Amino acid sequence: MHEALLVISTFLASSVEMVEALTIVLAVGLTRGWRSALLGSAAALVVLAAVVAVLGPAVGHVPLAPLRLFVGALLLIFGLQWLRKAILRAGGLKALHDEDAIYRTQVERARNTTASGREMDWYSFTVAFKGVFLEGFEVVFIVVTFGASAHQLGPAAAGAFAAVIIVGIVGVVLRAPLARVPENTMKFVVGIMLTSFGTFWGAEGAGVRWPGSDSAILGVVALVALSSIGLVLVLRRRLALSGAR
Amino acid sequence: MRRALRSFAHFWYDFVVGDDWRMAAAAVVILAVTWFAAHHGLNLWWLVPLAVVATVTGSVLFALRSSGERRGDR
Repeated sequence: MHEALLVISTFLASSVEMVEALTIVLAVGLTRGWRSALLGSAAALVVLAAVVAVLGPAVGHVPLAPLRLFVGALLLIFGLQWLRKAILRAGGLKALHDEDAIYRTQVERARNTTASGREMDWYSFTVAFKGVFLEGFEVVFIVVTFGASAHQLGPAAAGAFAAVIIVGIVGVVLRAPLARVPENTMKFVVGIMLTSFGTFWGAEGAGVRWPGSDSAILGVVALVALSSIGLVLVLRRRLALSGAR
Repeated sequence: MRRALRSFAHFWYDFVVGDDWRMAAAAVVILAVTWFAAHHGLNLWWLVPLAVVATVTGSVLFALRSSGERRGDR
């Protein structure tokens, strides 16, 4: 159960980040040519893989209790800001993430920047590298922290890898931003998972013994999910009331 | 060099802490209290989930109030 939740969480988190990276790469590739955009993306993926290869085994040598306290705290802080943003978006207090709008902005920028004229288009390379690296770094952070806390780097990385392959294939086939992916809903679920796992591992690292051992994570997920949905409903109601006045 | 270090620190702050530093501070305090209690024989397993829910609720309601004040200023 624990392992399945872990794989689902890394898969969903990686999918939403991949959709965002894909939007940037597509905008640059379709507007200015594919060679430099794909080279930039490949370079970013190599750097990210190197970060996982170095950090993954390194954290495996740290004792589990202090590691869980430190990583759990990091994950909890990271998850809280992700969840807060998702609640504000779902409640209508913050604009929803719109891949179509982001795609249009990127295309406009790419068109307005003159090409260098040489074989290598460094604008495309840099924009694609930056997009893939920054979005991918969040995935690496989640994979390494999840893998380290549960001592299951393999399943965590497998979930992320599956997302990279699936979103990549769909992007290549469609050659359009994946605006139909329910990205905001996925982000909401990922926020709940990150916060729940951060709560579970952080508390365990601090010396807590959970009733029911690992299955307590289900209770934590349920509590975080219900309270988050409740907050979304409160926000919508308050905003509707203030709009009606 | 100093500028590079500053932007490096800024990147990490933005990446981990994000928009509301109070939530990060609350998470650290919650885990510190739990650690202290656990090392004095108290197993406060319920404290972290409840405090986390309270933290998110506080931050979201604070954002709602701030946005209401901004709208009221117009």
